[in-house]
Amino acid sequence: MRLDTDPYLSRYADRARDLAASEIRALFAVVNRPEIVSFAGGMPDTAAMDLDAVAQLTAEVVRDHGHTALQYGGGQGREELREQLVEVMARGGAPATPDELLVTVGGQQGLELVAKCFVDPGDVVLAEGPTYVGGVGALSSHQADLRHVPMDAEGMRTDLLEEALAALKREGRRAKYVYTIPNHQNPGGVSLSEERRVHLAELAEEHDLLLLEDGAYSLLDFEGHVGTSLRSLVPDRVVYVGTMSKTFAPGVRTGWIAAPTPVRERLVVLREAADLCPGNLTQLVVERWLTTQPWEAQVKEYRALYAEKARTMLDALEAEMPAEVAWTRPSGGMFVWLTVPRGIDTSALLAKAIVNRVAYVPGRGFFGDGQGGDALRLCFSYASVERIREGVGRLAELLQGELALLRDVFGADAPELAGRRDEPGITGGGQGGGGTSRDPGPGWGVA
Amino acid sequence: MSTSPHVAVLTGGMSLEREVSLRSGTRIATALTEGGLAVERIDVDRDLVARLGAGGYDLAVLALHGAAGEDGTVQSVLDLLGLPFSGSDALASALAWNKPIAQGVYAAAGVRVPDRIVLSQLAFRELGASAVVDRVAETLGLPLVVKPSTGGSSLGLSVVTTAAELPAAIVAALSYAEAALIERFVPGTEVAVTVLDGRALPAVEIVPKGDRYDFAARYTAGRTDFHVPARLDEAAAAACEAAALAAGAAAGARHLYRADLIVDADGAPWLLEIDTCPGMTETSLAPMAAEAAGVAFPDLCRTLVDLAVRDRAAA
Ligand SMILES: Cc1ncc(COP(=O)(O)O)c(C=O)c1O
Repeated sequence: MRLDTDPYLSRYADRARDLAASEIRALFAVVNRPEIVSFAGGMPDTAAMDLDAVAQLTAEVVRDHGHTALQYGGGQGREELREQLVEVMARGGAPATPDELLVTVGGQQGLELVAKCFVDPGDVVLAEGPTYVGGVGALSSHQADLRHVPMDAEGMRTDLLEEALAALKREGRRAKYVYTIPNHQNPGGVSLSEERRVHLAELAEEHDLLLLEDGAYSLLDFEGHVGTSLRSLVPDRVVYVGTMSKTFAPGVRTGWIAAPTPVRERLVVLREAADLCPGNLTQLVVERWLTTQPWEAQVKEYRALYAEKARTMLDALEAEMPAEVAWTRPSGGMFVWLTVPRGIDTSALLAKAIVNRVAYVPGRGFFGDGQGGDALRLCFSYASVERIREGVGRLAELLQGELALLRDVFGADAPELAGRRDEPGITGGGQGGGGTSRDPGPGWGVA
Repeated sequence: MSTSPHVAVLTGGMSLEREVSLRSGTRIATALTEGGLAVERIDVDRDLVARLGAGGYDLAVLALHGAAGEDGTVQSVLDLLGLPFSGSDALASALAWNKPIAQGVYAAAGVRVPDRIVLSQLAFRELGASAVVDRVAETLGLPLVVKPSTGGSSLGLSVVTTAAELPAAIVAALSYAEAALIERFVPGTEVAVTVLDGRALPAVEIVPKGDRYDFAARYTAGRTDFHVPARLDEAAAAACEAAALAAGAAAGARHLYRADLIVDADGAPWLLEIDTCPGMTETSLAPMAAEAAGVAFPDLCRTLVDLAVRDRAAA
């Protein structure tokens, strides 16, 4: 008798049929145990939040606006909140009107809705390589043909974007949009230089491009520097996605999209099909947070905290890492991108890392095409300063050991062992050497 | 003991197979609870001994996969606590956990196992073994299966078809264990024989829809076709059963275990390994075999409880 473990198989849509259990996802089940120093999830340090203030304003929301809070709302989100979010965007140098905004369930829903709105199966979308793991997930669930543009310390190589656009033109195709995280990119930890922002805007005009600007980390520069928003340069060509997750808290699941009106109108209809409307309760909490609390002081506190943690991590990396390992030096945000010799497969190595009580996100998750086996992402925002030192120590020891093993197995001069510090910018193109180099996502359920 | 024992289902832990273990444990605990038993699920951590000591349990059902749960560690601790448990004892667990050693024991008991070579990290670090890696393919031929010497769920496993791929596959396997087990690839039909209390259940045939039975094929419903009983002729089916029972006896395995085999083109079974704490998830093989033998999942779980109680004196 043939046993059918999934009798629904013949019914699945193309986008669901190939979804499979993932080794990496299974390994992440161990990562949240307290024994492990986790640099994996992109989690803000909510220990920095004033919980009494949040408790009070949440109580006020229920007491003063209970019936509204517990009722359905409009699909675009509350106007009062959108007015506040326009202010938040303005702090990040991105102009918008409340009517252009759509409140979403986290920036993640924004990314998914934009993909749903623009991407038919097989459509080309360009993004930085590496790019945000959840962005890869959103695009692959709509079966986009995701192509990556390499980065260096100044962010996306817009010269290579230009080449990619020319190549697409020769193929008779065009990119539906270019997804970019210009400030303190996740996972690269680098920002797009001012010259390249201008170049990107020019390319957008010249090639009739739509840009998806993800401003998740725009207010998290350690020095408070605000990069020029693409939306301020070519407003008609930019759909902007924002989030309160990194400046307030991810638990409220509040983000937004700012889009030209015709796009915004469609997005509202699409979102209504997905979840009708954002929750009034959390919208009211965020609204009150922004109107009654010193939210900018909170952002400042996050910045100072992350600056200290980043410094701790960078100092520890400098002190402990073997010479073959390279990494980016963020001036904001939450992440460091680390590149290892090509012989090391960071997906396979995660198991050993967990046994050594330290965790990261393997680089493959940040690409749609299997690249990144020789890189990994470290999040510095969540772990305490002491744990960061401890975790970097464990990771360095692990990589030392792995390099020694590779030397022992491959022979000392193997090209797989070449260091990466001399390569320009942020690397991570290799397939990685390991035999278990499958499991490219989409999405491993991490932010 | 009363007719309704107080059961601790041990699950989770720090193992790399934590997620699978949690799925097995939840499923077992639910089945036993619905069967009217007082059950608690315990996620294994540093407080385990204290919790077991304070909990007033009559026995433990083990749903642990991977190191510490399957290698004899937990079993030794339970012995010390005097708490009966389901599955193999500490010695048999430790033996089966180490695949190369276990294969030697199975071979000595007359069971056919693939030709193999073990290379440990130490061999590379202290003995310069990289100079002999070339010999592996010469000795065993190609293709080869490279896997960690311990652990399950196909983690860290690769199939290599050229000698050039071997070093990377060894490194990948060494991410999961101290040693890499390199086996001659035996082409044939993949079969699992589950043994319940000394009785071989119908063999399950595994036909991955992709090119192999890897992690995704194991734990994604619909990724693999299973045939129960396996489509083997009578002689081959009997040979598989005999091999599973002989290997299990050689290791001293008890209660419930699963033998993984390949049946080659001549109908001869090759034993790959014995899993002394087989998966109990919705896509796992042991529950499928039990079902085919007329033992529904709740009854299988109940049998584990009864076996633990029956054998408490044996420890
Ligand atoms: C670049 C980027 N965009 C969007 C998100 C989505 O976050 P959320 O859905 O919590 O707003 C994240 C989260 O890490 C991110 O890093």
